Amino acid sequence: MLKGHQSWIFENKPKIVGRAAIVGPFEGDGPLAEDFDIIHSDLYLGQESWEKAEKTLIEESANLAVKKAGLNKEQVQFYFGGDLMNQIISSSFAARSLNIPFLGLFGACSTSMESLALASFTVNHGGAKYALAGTCSHNASAEKQFRYPTEYGSQKPPTAQFTVTGSGAAVVSLEGNGPSVTSATIGRVIDMGISDPFNMGAAMAPAAVDTIQAHFRDLRIDPSYYDLIVTGDLAKIGYDIAKDLLREHRIPMEGTVYKDCGMMIYDYTKQKVQAGASGCACSAVVTYGHLLNQLERGELNRILVVATGALLSPLSFQQGETIPCIAHAVSIENTQAT
Amino acid sequence: MGNKNEKMTPVQQKYQKLAQSKEPKRPVWSNCIRAFLIGGTICLIGEAIRQAFMKYGGFTEKDAGNPTVAILILLSVILTALGVYDKIAQWAGAGSAVPVTGFANSMASSAIEHRSEGTVLGIGAGMFKLAGSVIVFGTVAAFIIGLIYAIFVPGYTGGGGS
Repeated sequence: MLKGHQSWIFENKPKIVGRAAIVGPFEGDGPLAEDFDIIHSDLYLGQESWEKAEKTLIEESANLAVKKAGLNKEQVQFYFGGDLMNQIISSSFAARSLNIPFLGLFGACSTSMESLALASFTVNHGGAKYALAGTCSHNASAEKQFRYPTEYGSQKPPTAQFTVTGSGAAVVSLEGNGPSVTSATIGRVIDMGISDPFNMGAAMAPAAVDTIQAHFRDLRIDPSYYDLIVTGDLAKIGYDIAKDLLREHRIPMEGTVYKDCGMMIYDYTKQKVQAGASGCACSAVVTYGHLLNQLERGELNRILVVATGALLSPLSFQQGETIPCIAHAVSIENTQAT
Repeated sequence: MGNKNEKMTPVQQKYQKLAQSKEPKRPVWSNCIRAFLIGGTICLIGEAIRQAFMKYGGFTEKDAGNPTVAILILLSVILTALGVYDKIAQWAGAGSAVPVTGFANSMASSAIEHRSEGTVLGIGAGMFKLAGSVIVFGTVAAFIIGLIYAIFVPGYTGGGGS
């Protein structure tokens, strides 16, 4: 049901009945390692190219999420997915083997919540009994497509972010047990004129703040409603800017805890990742792994995940275009507890 | 950049200022020192190899340059293949990018990266994705320098070689 200007309330409370978070070796060395279902020790995942490795990541997490929901693939009506590769090949190639009717999405790193919002909307309105939402990214395939060859010796500036190797998937349904997806706010595309692809956090921060503001305006609630609000992959610099902007827009964040997934997945002291993490998998694995585990244990009851995406292409930044950005917010709650 | 800023709305301009104030500065001085150390070390190794060629290989001072460069390139390619060169580069910056080893790294890394796209269009074409511009602008620069010599030092014939 539409609420306000750009938000949906899911009054039937679709639940996340199965979920999976799979990561690569570098993420497995980070502080959230215990929350991941599978940690791969080989960046290639036994495949012959980075692209195939990335496709394998999403295939595995999609299969695992379906299995953990106690279902067969045939029981899932729709798969909502996307990734960072040109023409979203990782997701569509995975959909080829999953054989689930597929809706391909591109929201860059906001795809995690874009897909979850759409899957929940579809399930909430009876469009599907079971819907799968998933996304993935791979550090080497992203570096190859957007930046330089992985082994090329270029010095990264302190604003650069490290693309997460991993994938996250969730099965949404009205039947079964799990945390409920209660609402979603779809973001506008915001461009504040940043054109440096090594400073994505600064480019995306205004989009995150715009969506957060819209969420509270539409739902007529206060940030203190949530135990935790997380942005997707702003990393240190973007997070800092977002906090400033939230204050400037007088959004009362004091009553809640505000974190960023891009700052949670790596250990800054041991892992040299400059500003932090990024990539579709960043918010996906933190949410479907770490945060939902915390929700399950009752350490959190209501969270708002604001996944942020930089909608640039390798071509657009070479032509000097600025980076348009987007953010989608989804709220997940323990409905048993309330 | 000046032109671009003028086209921006006041809100965007204000945001650029905020974003710039939050951007951590690149550590220019420490980068310079690191570049000097690593760049210098690479050149020192090169000089040692050259001296060895002259002393033990029977090369003249002029001839020893080519095999020295070949060995440095080989070392760089091996370090690239082992996945070490990019880690050195993050620390060393220009120190590992400017010497001939940086050029070798750019070609080897591109070749490794694009080998999944086939031998001709993958390795063959992909190899020059980064190195191509070095060759093009290196040639253009050499041409201009050549012109300057031709005009101001008409008797100069160049040394040939590398």
